[in-house]
Parts: sequence; C-alpha cells; structure tokens
Amino acid sequence: MSSRTVISGPYAHEKASVRRSMTLVMLALAPATAFSFYLFAWPAIFLFLLIAAAVLAFEAASLAIAGKPVRIFLTDGSALLTGWLLAMSLPPSAPWWIGLAGAAIAIIVGKQIFGGLGQNIFNPAMVARVALLISFPLEMTSYVEPTPLFSNLAPHFGDSLAAFFGLGGHVDAVSGASILGHIKTELGRGASLSEALAGQSGLGALGLGQVTGSLGETSAALLALGGIFLIAMRVISWRIPVAMLATLAAMASLFNFLGPDHYPNAAIHLLSGASILGAFFIATDPVTSPVSPRGQLLFGMGCGALVFIIRTWAGYPEGMAFAILLMNAATPLIDRYVRPRIFGHGAKKSGAASK
Amino acid sequence: MMGALFKIRGGVHPDDRKHLTKDLAIEKIPMPPVLHLPLQQHIGAHAEPEVERGDKVLKGQVIARAKGMISAPVHAPTSGTILGLHSYHSPTASGLRWQTITMRPDGFDRWIRRAPPLDPLTCRPEEISRRVADCGVVGMGGATFPSAIKLNLGDRHKLEQLVINGSECEPYLTCDDRLMREKAAQVIDGARIMAHSIGVVQVIIAIEDNKPEAIAAMREAAADVPDTSVVTVPSHYPMGAEKQLIQTLTGKETPAGKLTADIGVVVHNAATALAVHDAVRHGKPLIDRVVTVSGGAVARPRNIQAPFGTPIFDLLEFCGGLKEEPEVILVGGPMMGQPIKSVHAPILKGTNGVLALTRAETASRQVMPCIRCAACVSACPMGLLPLDMAARVRKDELDSAVKIGLMDCISCGACSYVCPSNIPLVQYFNFAKGRLKAIDGEQRKQRLTRKLATLRLTRMEEQMRAKKEAFARRKAEQAEKAAQAAAAQPAAQSGAQEAVAQSGGSAETGAAEGGDRQ
Repeated sequence: MSSRTVISGPYAHEKASVRRSMTLVMLALAPATAFSFYLFAWPAIFLFLLIAAAVLAFEAASLAIAGKPVRIFLTDGSALLTGWLLAMSLPPSAPWWIGLAGAAIAIIVGKQIFGGLGQNIFNPAMVARVALLISFPLEMTSYVEPTPLFSNLAPHFGDSLAAFFGLGGHVDAVSGASILGHIKTELGRGASLSEALAGQSGLGALGLGQVTGSLGETSAALLALGGIFLIAMRVISWRIPVAMLATLAAMASLFNFLGPDHYPNAAIHLLSGASILGAFFIATDPVTSPVSPRGQLLFGMGCGALVFIIRTWAGYPEGMAFAILLMNAATPLIDRYVRPRIFGHGAKKSGAASK
Repeated sequence: MMGALFKIRGGVHPDDRKHLTKDLAIEKIPMPPVLHLPLQQHIGAHAEPEVERGDKVLKGQVIARAKGMISAPVHAPTSGTILGLHSYHSPTASGLRWQTITMRPDGFDRWIRRAPPLDPLTCRPEEISRRVADCGVVGMGGATFPSAIKLNLGDRHKLEQLVINGSECEPYLTCDDRLMREKAAQVIDGARIMAHSIGVVQVIIAIEDNKPEAIAAMREAAADVPDTSVVTVPSHYPMGAEKQLIQTLTGKETPAGKLTADIGVVVHNAATALAVHDAVRHGKPLIDRVVTVSGGAVARPRNIQAPFGTPIFDLLEFCGGLKEEPEVILVGGPMMGQPIKSVHAPILKGTNGVLALTRAETASRQVMPCIRCAACVSACPMGLLPLDMAARVRKDELDSAVKIGLMDCISCGACSYVCPSNIPLVQYFNFAKGRLKAIDGEQRKQRLTRKLATLRLTRMEEQMRAKKEAFARRKAEQAEKAAQAAAAQPAAQSGAQEAVAQSGGSAETGAAEGGDRQ
C-alpha cells in the first residue's frame, strides 16, 4: 500500500480532469476553427499557430519563474485554450505582433500575475482582447472579406507568410466591416436599419458564417453545435449560455418591436458578432463565472443585457468582451450573496410531524 | 400505495462494479483460529468486559456488557477460551489500538442457552426493544447506532413510516443485495417486528433499481404482508443516506439538526431487520454478518458470512488472497469507506465490505488547483458549496466554514468524486470537523477547569475565612483571658468577695463576649 497522506475517500473517481475538460472545450471549438481557417486561409492559420506557440512559451516561462512544476501545468491545456480563444477573438488579418502582444497580455497579465490556473478574476483571453482593442484600434477593427482556401481568392502561402510578418509580400484582400460594425456606422450616419442592412449578407450566411469578422465571429452554427456538445458532455452547464442568449434576444426583440428602424432584431444579435462564441465558450469559463446555479443564471443575464447595451448605445459595435469582463468583476459578489439553499434549512416541506 | 418518487439534489452515478460479487451466494467462512472483539463496535459508550483471561465462553455469551444509555453488548461469536483483554489493531486509517477481547474458538461452536423466542404480536413494544438491546443489535449499514434506541423513538415522536434501507448505494457492495435475495422473508419479518415496536403500520422497503433480483425476491416475500411495499428507487449515489432516501420516498426534507423521526420516519438497514428477526424469533444475538470482499486486487471476490472479530487477513485468504498489490485496502465502500492500516484488524458489526482496490480502480490522480468549475456544487446532495468550504478550511477559517454549512456536510464524497482537479474535499471537511470537535472538547475541558478552579477558590476562601474566624476567636479568647487576668488584680484589690461570688465559667464568658463587642 502506498503511503498516502489523504485518508478520506472516495476511492473512486469520475473520468474528469482539468486536462480532459480543456481538451473537450478545444474539441468543441475545432469545427468552427477549421471552418474559419478555410474562410480566411493562411493569414488566419499563421495567426493561430503563432498565438498557440506564444501562450505556451509565456506560460512555461511564468511557471518556471514562479517555481511551479512546468510540465504538469503546461500540459493541463488551459494556456492553449486561452490562446485559442484569443485567436478566435482577433481579426484574421491581424499582424504577428498583435498575436504576440495578445498572448503575453493574456498569459502574464490575465492569468499568471493572479497566481495561475484558477486564480484569475478576469477571463485572460478577454483581458488581452480588450487591451489590444483599446491600444490598437485600427489593427483590431480592420476586417477582410473571406478568401476561402483553395479558391481563386485565396492568398498564396508565401505571400501570406511574408505579409504576416510585415516583410512586404502583397496579399490581395478586400477590407470589409463586420455586420455589427456596419450597422453601427450606418445608423450613426442617420440611415435607417433597413437601408443599413440592404446589400448585407442574409441571416443564413450569418448563421453559416460566410461573413466578415473575427475568427470566432463566423459560423454561429458550428459554434453552437460545439456548445451543445459541451453541455451534453457536462463540461459546461446550460445556465450561462441560455440565460445570456435569452436575455440578449429578449432585449433585442423588445427594442426591435418599439423601434424597428433603429434596433436590429434578435436573430441579427444572436447570429452576429461573438454572441455564440461568447455565450458558450467565454462566459462559461469556470474560473471567472459564479458557481451556484442561480448565480450562473444571474451572470448570464447580466452578460446578455450588457452585450445589448454596449452594442446599442456605447461607442463599440461589439460589446462581448466588455460585457464578460464586467460580469467577471461581479462574480465574487454574486458568489458571496447567491448561494444554494442548504438541505434542511428553511425548507418548505419540513412537515414537522412531531411534538 | 406509493406515489411518484421525488428527486434528490445533486448526487453522482459511480460505476457500481457490483457485478464482481452480485451473483455469488453467501458463503460461511471456516472458523478463524482467533477472533478479536473490540469493546467498541458501535456508536456510544464502549462495552464493559465481563470475562477474564482463561475464561471458557459459549457461543452467544455476553463477554462485554452495555454501559450507559447509548451502548451495546458484545457476545462471543463461538465457544472457546478468552485469551485476554488487550489493545489491538483497529480497522481504521490510523490503526489506533482499541481495547479488544481476543478469544480462541474451541471448534465445537456450542451455544449458550438462548433467550426464548418472543411473539412480536403479543408482547409489548418495550420487550422487543429490550430483546434487541440485549442481543447487541446495531445499525448494520455502517453507522452502528444501537438499534434498540431507534425502536423506542415512537415514545417521543409521532411516527408514520418505517423505511427499510436496501438501497446499498455504495459501489462494489452486494451483501445487502444477497441477504434480500436469500433471506427475503426473514428481512420482511424483521421489518414488521420493528414496525410493531415503534408503533407504525406502514413499512416501505427501498431498493435501488440495480438490484432487480432482490426487488423481485422481496416483492414476492412481501406479497401477502399487509402495509408492506417494496419501492424501486433510482441508482443514484447517495441514495442510501437516510435523509436523501426519505426525500426520495416522501418528498419530505429532514430539517437540519433534526432526526428523521421528527418528520415521522424511521430508517433501518435491511441487514439490521434480519438481525432483529434473529434476535426476536430465535433469541440469537448479533455475532456475525455478511461482508462483501471485493475489488480488483482480490483473487476471488465473495460474499462471506463471518463472525465478528475475524481478521481481515483471514477474509482475504478465504478469497484466494490478493492477486496484485492493491493501492488501498478499505473497510466499507469506496465512497465513504476508510482505508485500514493493518490487515490483522478484525471486522466489526458495521463492516459491510472489505475492498482491495487497484490503482486503476481508485483512479487517483495529480491534484490540481481548483478551477471553480462547480462540479462539486452540482454533485452535493446537501446544497453546499464544497469548493468554498474547502477554501475556508484551507485558510483555517473554521468558523466561517461552519457558517456556510460545514456541519450539514454528510461526507458522502460526491464532491471529491467529480472534482476534475482531484482535490480531496472530504479530507478537508473531515479534518475540519475533527478539529472543531477537538476544539469543542478543549473548550468544554477549559470550562470545566475554570469551574473547578472557581469552586476551589471559593472553597479556599471559605477555609481562609473559617481559619481567620477561628484565629480571631482564639485571639479574642486570649485577649479576654489577658483582660481577665488584668482585671483580676484590681478586682482582688477592690473586693475579694465580689470575685468569689462571680467565680464560674458563665460569668467569664459573658465578660469576654462583652469585651469582644466593644
């Protein structure tokens, strides 16, 4: 028998581990990611690979400095997932240094400074995205139209590589705006919503993802499938995504009903931007979201409402990252005050038969 | 008869691994060469030894009698010679040595004259509970609370139902399953006797749906028994926890800090029902039980009927020994059982399983930091936040852990079972509960010490005052004597007659008192 210091049971364990959870999340992201690679071709793939390498390097360095076991924590998948989500939140044509800076901010500032795995208050990928968005607004809002791999539009490998690292190389790309950005600009110019939406891709394209946007803002359908997979595998609970999307849809419908010419409907809100990615993959980050079921519902509702508010009335066309960070900040408070009812305390059916 | 079942909160669905032993009939182990019978095989005060080294005892003879309100006697499981009363390995993680009576069976297995059978329908309820107490019956599901006390609950509570817990929700264990299959009629008879004793009509036998054969056998045996129903409950750990089981069956939630009897329900284990049957119908004291010996490291897992005091080593030998090095040897189930330090330790009244588990089975992994995934929150049947409680215990904030429900924790292990970071949550909680108990004991001791010290102080003050008074009195006496002596001279001078007239004790005393007062 081993000389274990832990003597309390159980001496059985579910097939659950941090690595397994992280791997399943990445698996759920894979189809949408692959589709985005196809849509945006080499530049997107380079960006993704660079970020993946960078987060692992920063993580390893941080762990080594902190004197923690590097191998165990590096292979838990958490850093890679952070990098993955960061890549999904960047424009596919972003230059290399955006990716590198993002990886550094996410891992060092967003995660390791707080004490590493499980200790951070804010979602590291969103910390990085917001820091980049505020620091480099131009690069962070320059989107290109999709240029699918293997199509005539697709940039060549070599050219893309050279362009990615800013060594000349010319890539033909048609710059464009994401649908939320477009709507915001047009409405800001005094156009009506129907005018703004004229000539934009339909809802079908939004759902399938053949649109301009960040890597993870395309293909709502594949992302939603991934999210449902995670709920089915019990890696995440349904509460945050459902509360978030329902709140967003409800607010969008209400305002759309009140002012159909100024407020996009629920379908546009749900299928565009990072709604699906945020709801299933980012807001559900366990470390930075509440632990109690009711707390999770509250958190999801808060995220949904903030996304709508920021998209509609704030200066940015997309508010997912801000909304999630704000609710991350509220998480300790929610956890403090929203707790499950303890069995046998204040029960309705206590049915005191005695005395 | 029974309506729909109610859902319990949380819980987990561990791989039950009952297939290892569920189809193996109960076998009797050959009498081991020695039996080690601890005086404490139950919750409450330990039993008081009745025998001495060298005594010959008969099977069923009381070798240690119950002491105090909550206690249970220990009976000799067979006839033989008492080898002594000493401290011996306990089947616990610490391996702490317990006061134990060791006996050598003589091989004749001769019974003492047993108490005559009672007719449960004509005798008074107290007679049943007295018999159950005399026979040393305790809760055999593992809690080992003296059963007779629970049979008296009807005196102070308005009871409606007796629930026989045949859920056996711990993985691996099949001893209750086998009992219910092989001795269904006796279990039901025991249940009816208990119902009569506590004064309820309705008996519900709850069995998890992973034991279809036991359900069928019990249904058949209960078919002609009025007010007795067998209810299939879902296999959902910890279904066997009594508060959870009652909630499943009745929808009622036992208030925190209360007994289930407070909501009108008493729960007894199926094996306990059989023990009550044996005690009442046959006058047979509790001297043996069925133990599931299983686990991946055991060569031939079995369900064994073994006398109490059988060393675990002998049980394992009877199962062909170990076929590989186990990661751990447990008594009880894998969820709540505890590891043992020595295989020489004996089985007790509450030992329902002996498991030798391989590393693959225990699935112990690297402990990682908490990622707040809330899997433990979803798994907790008590509605607690295990991650929060563990964090507070870790920071040594025991009072704040209590504030958020530490004492409501039933240590079922569902939280640790699901934790992806493999954090030993139950360890934290058990540690904290132990600390609090120790602190509580310490405080009680301090209070007692303080009280005794205060008493001593008052006593000393009393003595001092008494001493002082005595001293003062003596001093006064001396002063008076001196005064008298001084007074005697002038008196003698003034008039000898007066002095002669007043000579006598009383006059002297009166003068002394008068002097004192001034």
